[in-house]
Amino acid sequence: MFNWLDKLITLLVENVFGFSLETHLGGSLHFFFFDTIKIIMLLVVMIFTISFIRSFFPPEKTKKTLSRFKGIKGNFMASLLGIVTPFCSCSSVPIFIGFVEGGVPLGLTFSFLITSPIVNEAAFAILLAAFGWKIALIYVVTGVIVGVTGGLIIDKLKMKKYVEEYVYEIQGVDTEPEKMDFKGRLRFSWQNTSSIIKKIWIFLLIGIAIGAAIHGWVPTDFLAKYAGPENPFAVIVGVIAGIPLYSNALGTIPIAEALIGKGVGIGTALSFMMAVTALSLPEMILLRKVIKPKLIAAFVIITGIGIILTGYLFNLIGHLII
Amino acid sequence: MDIKILGSGCKNCNTLEKNTKEALEKLGLKDQIEKVTEFAQITALGVMRTPTLMIDGKAIVTGRVAKTKEIIKLLG
Repeated sequence: MFNWLDKLITLLVENVFGFSLETHLGGSLHFFFFDTIKIIMLLVVMIFTISFIRSFFPPEKTKKTLSRFKGIKGNFMASLLGIVTPFCSCSSVPIFIGFVEGGVPLGLTFSFLITSPIVNEAAFAILLAAFGWKIALIYVVTGVIVGVTGGLIIDKLKMKKYVEEYVYEIQGVDTEPEKMDFKGRLRFSWQNTSSIIKKIWIFLLIGIAIGAAIHGWVPTDFLAKYAGPENPFAVIVGVIAGIPLYSNALGTIPIAEALIGKGVGIGTALSFMMAVTALSLPEMILLRKVIKPKLIAAFVIITGIGIILTGYLFNLIGHLII
Repeated sequence: MDIKILGSGCKNCNTLEKNTKEALEKLGLKDQIEKVTEFAQITALGVMRTPTLMIDGKAIVTGRVAKTKEIIKLLG
């Protein structure tokens, strides 16, 4: 898809800057310019398209749909709606209260809350840019599976009593969400795209710069020894390292891309990414307002184990996909 | 008019409040803006996305920041 850009940047680095791609600096420069342009183009297109789709699925509507479902079918539905329903982490508390108050079972609410941050448009766009559509698609499917399983387990654990009591006492009214026409949807999509890009571009550039340095200077297969697919601890270390990183989640992907080029397992890189988005410290602090520590712990442990297993799976089968 | 800004006090909520204030000033309206910051209250109003601009019980802008110009149109 980006062969033309690859050639263009090669021309730029070799003829304008005068560095061979075989040199450290030349390789790094190529990685930096190629990745920056490729990722920004994909981001704009993907975020805009997905925002447009999302404008048809306000959470108020999702809540009504989900309150009609039960069992595993409901968890599946909740995870799928988690992909298309827009919300930022600052809305996770109102969404949680709204779902519970609207009669959505706790297990379904968690399927939604687990999948939603894992499968987001920006992560999808960057995966597409860095590893191609197969990995991007498998990432989405795994995100749904982790969400469905996590929700089912939380349901089985009967954790209703670990929701703060006041949540059950809230009686909401039905408010029609903002009505949007075609023009309104385009405006919503554009506002969403520009606000996401504004928020992440600096982290992205830093990430690409670090990735470029790794690409140019770290010897090939150097990291395979420490963090290759055979090292079972690499995945766990990756997941734990991912928890405190949040706003710079997307900046980590170009780093992951470069690391995979140097022998890090694809599963290790993917589980790190999932942990960065799904297990975020600020979101846990917010969720504490509505759920008690035991349920937060269950949420973190279940999601964490799901992500770690995903990492092992990809390390095992990754070479078949790329 | 009953004007409410719903949001926990994040950056987007403050921007929406500022834009709404400007819109009211430009229209020469003296209505007060009521801020709703408690999650329980926000959800009780039937809203799940912040920031939201609510006028007379209707969600006019949900889950996004509207520009001053747009709010003037919505209020007018």
